[in-house]
Amino acid sequence: MTTPAIPEGVKRCGSRQFLLWLGVAALVVLWGVYAMYRIWFYGLNQTNMNNAYGFALWIWADLAVIALGGGAFFSGFLAYIIGLKNVKNIINFAVILGVVCYTSALLILGLDVGQPLRGWFIFWHANVHSMLTEVAFCLSVYLGVLIIEFIPVLLENPKIQKVRFFHHLSHNMHEIMAVFAATGVFLSFFHQGSLGGVPGVLYGRPFAFREGLFVWPWTFFLFTWSAAAVGPLFTASMCRLTEAITRKKLVKDDVYHLLAKISGWMLLTYIIAKSIDTIYWATVTAPSMGFALMDFYSNNPLYNIWILVAEIAVCGFLPALILITRKGRENKKLLFGAAILAIIGLLINRWVMVLQVMAAPLMPFQEEWFMYSPAWTEVATSILPIAYGIILISLAYRYLPLFPQEKELNPGN
Amino acid sequence: MEKIPSHTKKRHFGMVIDLDKCTGCASCMVACYSENNISFRDEESVKMLSTNWIQVFKLTNGKPFPDTEVCYLPKPCMQCDGKHFGHSPCVSVCPAVATDFDYPTGIVSQIYTRCFGCRYCMAACPYHARKFNWWDPVWPADMEKYLSPDVSPRMRGVVEKCTFCYHRFQRARQQAYNEGRPEDIREDEYQTACTQACPSNAITFGDLDNPDHAVYKLKNSRYAFRLLERLNTNPSVYYLSTREWVHRAADNYLEHEQPAFSEEQQA
Repeated sequence: MTTPAIPEGVKRCGSRQFLLWLGVAALVVLWGVYAMYRIWFYGLNQTNMNNAYGFALWIWADLAVIALGGGAFFSGFLAYIIGLKNVKNIINFAVILGVVCYTSALLILGLDVGQPLRGWFIFWHANVHSMLTEVAFCLSVYLGVLIIEFIPVLLENPKIQKVRFFHHLSHNMHEIMAVFAATGVFLSFFHQGSLGGVPGVLYGRPFAFREGLFVWPWTFFLFTWSAAAVGPLFTASMCRLTEAITRKKLVKDDVYHLLAKISGWMLLTYIIAKSIDTIYWATVTAPSMGFALMDFYSNNPLYNIWILVAEIAVCGFLPALILITRKGRENKKLLFGAAILAIIGLLINRWVMVLQVMAAPLMPFQEEWFMYSPAWTEVATSILPIAYGIILISLAYRYLPLFPQEKELNPGN
Repeated sequence: MEKIPSHTKKRHFGMVIDLDKCTGCASCMVACYSENNISFRDEESVKMLSTNWIQVFKLTNGKPFPDTEVCYLPKPCMQCDGKHFGHSPCVSVCPAVATDFDYPTGIVSQIYTRCFGCRYCMAACPYHARKFNWWDPVWPADMEKYLSPDVSPRMRGVVEKCTFCYHRFQRARQQAYNEGRPEDIREDEYQTACTQACPSNAITFGDLDNPDHAVYKLKNSRYAFRLLERLNTNPSVYYLSTREWVHRAADNYLEHEQPAFSEEQQA
């Protein structure tokens, strides 16, 4: 069944099936919205955070979605700056994924602060020395850029295209998109890095603290690098998931292979740099503050040394080595298995750089690790972006020509 | 920009706490709650949800009876000078300048109406000296009449911490000004509530840079040390103890390392 609002030449499911699909996601959104109400109305006492865990699940979720949304800026960089035309076949999807990730990040930040109505203070009373200020500025401006990148995609809807003004607007915006892509890349390099700087500058927290270059700790560069490496893999994986759900081929394999190859090399170089950083931190930085490596990995049930092994070896070197080989990339199971491992590795990295920093005891007379498990309100509001993402992507997939190769790959429709 | 106006006398307020004198009575905590309008709830057993500005810890040497030794360690905000003077761990990270390093006094301030509750400063503080207002402050009936008019109560959703009773400094400065000696604040004119409440005189407060103040001599004692000194936070709170294990408990050391102070050397 087709309606005039659905792009020409592609087939979509019936309205009833689509609404049912949206309804399930909407229920999860409602659950999250109820949690949001509890938090905004009653305050952060509705969470399981405490004075030891000023940063907890939400900050991890923030760092994670922004890193995974890095697929938007790096794909834009590859498509518009480097000129890899093949990447343009997935760029619309990457942009929408980016919009989902970045709007989610801002929503979560709005929940996480104790006085949300004072959120504008970060711009008005900005402390230029704070990494969080840099994050707030770059993140907000970049979201603006993402929305500008999203508008021409939105205007591609057949009904909107009938309006002459919108038709020309979308055409002209496409023409100048490289400028916005370049701006987005510039901003993203900074805010991805600043997010890395958030834990890296904490010289009172030896687990997080890193030396660096001028005012930027090494985590600044590692966060940017890892987001650029894993972001496109997340885009590719979500695209593959969309293919599986819709039971349609939407993007040619060579697009996946190209992204996988670039991400593979990025991931390999990242994980080598990360290993060097870890070795230097473990042998020079931490000991200078009186800590041995195992002080951070023992005596607690969650943060033992295996979390480091999982991050660097299993979810770092292993997927990188799979992705840099042609055989690995051309085997779908291996390719997406490696992509999932890399995504998990990124999530572990952001997790330890937020939660383990808070958990590790610093004063010798406080031997107990600070343990934390999120409240249902934190979980619901962290899952909310996933359901919201499903809704936005479903609507975009149904009503917008997201995938330029879809018609060619599904000629029977 | 000049950090201290030329007409302002530079002071560096600090505290020296003698751990060999502290009995762990927690009078300092009670005085602090009362002086600074710190809110509390019926249920205060989860200490990581409390907003105490000074907290007393119980340390033991870990040895079985009869060699067991106990030490009580009161821990206020360390008012860190930071790696470079004024670059305190919390001040440098606050995105909205809601906490600031006061160069004329060396005290780290907290502006409650500026703070929007991101808690980055709490993540930056290795001492857990900063507390978040998880709830709106509610006092038992009639107790509001006993609140100090000099200290504003804090609202839900902002961070607060020890200010070395800065309002007392302001009061002392005002009095000195009224008496025609604007920069001459005597040692006894500005004392924190915890210092005055301590029954065993374990807490001494004053200008760390002023040779006439007791803290000046005490901080240079061979028994003096600071908490987590190796992190380079440069605290303005010093501790005194003649016991080596207490020195060791105050910082982190690798297996082959020893604290600068040792009982053997002293003997």
